[in-house]
Amino acid sequence: MNLTLKIWRQKNNSDKGAFKEYKVEHISKDMSFLEMLDVLNEQLANKGEDPVHFDHDCREGICGMCSLYINGKPHGPEQTTTCQLHMRSFQDGEVVTIEPWRATAFPVLKDLVVNRSAFDRIIQAGGYVSVNTGGVPDANEIPIPKKIADEAFDSATCIGCGACVAACKNASAMLFVSAKVSQLALLPQGQVERKERVERMVSQMDAEGFGACSNTGACEAECPKGISVTNIARMNREYFSAVVTSDNI
Amino acid sequence: MSWVTKTLSSSLGKKLIMSLTGLFLIIFLVGHVTGNLQLFINDDGQAFNIYAKFMTTNPAVKILSYVTYIAIIGHVVYSIITTLANKKARPIGYQTSRASTNSAWTSRNMGVLGTIVLIFLVVHLQGFWYEMHWGNLPVVQYDGEEYKDLYSIVKFAFAEPLLVLLYVVAMVFLGLHLSHGFASAFQTLGLNHKKYTPAIVFLGRVFSVVVPALFASMPIYLYISSLN
Repeated sequence: MNLTLKIWRQKNNSDKGAFKEYKVEHISKDMSFLEMLDVLNEQLANKGEDPVHFDHDCREGICGMCSLYINGKPHGPEQTTTCQLHMRSFQDGEVVTIEPWRATAFPVLKDLVVNRSAFDRIIQAGGYVSVNTGGVPDANEIPIPKKIADEAFDSATCIGCGACVAACKNASAMLFVSAKVSQLALLPQGQVERKERVERMVSQMDAEGFGACSNTGACEAECPKGISVTNIARMNREYFSAVVTSDNI
Repeated sequence: MSWVTKTLSSSLGKKLIMSLTGLFLIIFLVGHVTGNLQLFINDDGQAFNIYAKFMTTNPAVKILSYVTYIAIIGHVVYSIITTLANKKARPIGYQTSRASTNSAWTSRNMGVLGTIVLIFLVVHLQGFWYEMHWGNLPVVQYDGEEYKDLYSIVKFAFAEPLLVLLYVVAMVFLGLHLSHGFASAFQTLGLNHKKYTPAIVFLGRVFSVVVPALFASMPIYLYISSLN
């Protein structure tokens, strides 16, 4: 299949940036989207042009490194990560628009690469458990009901790719933050820092410049891991109960 | 900053205020629509006028009306604050967006819908609420007691088809605003559970149709009555 690509090119963070059109030919429908971009980059390299920069790492849909806003949706037309998106989801002759995540908190570094360190700083603010849980057998000695373990695991499947922020009209990070808050609030190991955690993480989220939640549900619909907005409700509960009961005056 | 101001200026705190003021205004709508159903009584407005006097003079209702004004102002002010913050969170938009595939139009346009409802509210308050409080209304007597004849100006206003149309259209927008706002308010409060969330969503849908429809039926009814 042959495609026209409209790709956002931006030299660096201070550059204004613009869309540039490229043509790629003889693309197999079995290729992944990133492999298609590899083909383009090989063409550009052969011509001595600067290849298109984009984030990727595992290419297995588990690391959360790939991003890309493809044809008006984060990670493209399928509910998966960009690396697991295949060219069979596109038509021959289609114009494919590729943009970076757009958010104040995710500044563009180059082309399609954005800096998602804001997520790391939110985790650093409270997304951890300080108690030593020991080795694996010790951890298994803490009885956790299957239902709770499953719920915590569902929240923990968040890979922090930022599609929720990219999809949200307010560039809100609440699905991400709430998944991380939920995961630890549900488990016994997370109880010690429970109140402080949610207060700190919400405060860091605001400081990073993410928007607020309008409950549109766009994040849940676009999340490659299917993280539910029930997590956001839980974070709100956790936060409101923490601010009225914690020791932080 | 104390913990209270810190909480209320956080993104979650701002949404909490939106939710609580919104829910209060939903309760207000129930009271307003129920009381105004007296417009349908065929007594030349006697029950409605007695009710209008009670609503403007009873001390408890007065306190409640001040809470309502605060709720309206709070809802508007905080919507402006959050909207500005949200716009700042994404100064550069996407060239192509297929938001319609992941969210409802109403949920993405609450600000637009709310602004339309607010404009209507100003017109509505100026026409009846202002007149009732400070206007020169004709006076009627029931059992020797004087009452402002609010019914007469309501009746007169809704003999005008354009005003009837404005009210009906405004109620459509109110319904759209409520269709997202009702359930959204509970989600913001953290009330999301498989036991009752489906009931809240269902109730929100019913509410957003029934209440605006009842409101809209009043000018329509008075207009049809004026034709005879």
